[in-house]
Amino acid sequence: MELYDWLLFLHVAGAFALVATLVLYGAVFAGAPGQLSGPLTALGGILFAVGGALTLIFGIWLAIDVDGYELWDGWILAAIILWLVSAEVGRRVGRAVAADGEGTEAGATGRARTLYWLLAAITLVFLLLMIFKPGA
Amino acid sequence: MLAAIRPSDVELPLFLHVLGAMLLVGALLVVALAIARGWRTEPEAAAAPTRFGLLTILVGVIPAYVLMRVGAQWTEAASDYPESFDPAWLGIGYITADAGALLILISAILAGIGLRRLRRGGGLGLGRAAGVISVVLLVAYLVAVWAMTAKPT
Repeated sequence: MELYDWLLFLHVAGAFALVATLVLYGAVFAGAPGQLSGPLTALGGILFAVGGALTLIFGIWLAIDVDGYELWDGWILAAIILWLVSAEVGRRVGRAVAADGEGTEAGATGRARTLYWLLAAITLVFLLLMIFKPGA
Repeated sequence: MLAAIRPSDVELPLFLHVLGAMLLVGALLVVALAIARGWRTEPEAAAAPTRFGLLTILVGVIPAYVLMRVGAQWTEAASDYPESFDPAWLGIGYITADAGALLILISAILAGIGLRRLRRGGGLGLGRAAGVISVVLLVAYLVAVWAMTAKPT
């Protein structure tokens, strides 16, 4: 296995962790029992931090390592800007989910849900950028 | 380097395949966590998280698996590989996907029966079995993600 293969695996593994975070937070919003929402939120926070770090570090490394990609390519710049936005939105979603009565059946606040769907939309655009690579 | 040179008509099916795989891993994590939570609590408090885990198999794991598997088949068809193309990573993908289908089917049956028994105060054992299967699937799909990206020869 070459360096590129490891970089891609770690980058994609990070993306899996980010989407897993969305699913875990989504489970809290979908009415997970109160005793479960704490562990879901905690694991979601860890996966969001680890996934965010892996996607950014190894994504930039890939852009430098692969001939034909440059850090200033439009789709890569767009992804980096989206990463910055998603980091802040994700942090706020994590706090909102944790503060929401630890996910009791009363459900999440409207603001938390709005932030959650914003994070989901950003993640979807992220994935579209990574697969379609517009302009590459 | 396949990602850099793949034909453009592969992108949509690949997107669906990857999205399905990511949702599948997330849903399996929820199942494993929910059932583990139920396993570690008193029997009377274990029903709610176990029920949530079993429901997640039916409404989360199965649709995500279908998206992943349909996307995989569509991606392979759109890639137009030659007849002799049979790399190890593709084989690992098929093995984990198809063996995974069997395990998910078993989990779904356990979930269906378990949910009915939970209403009558039983079903925790079936839930635990489904939880163990979800952990096995998580490990298998981690290997599959490695194989799909690192593409070992």
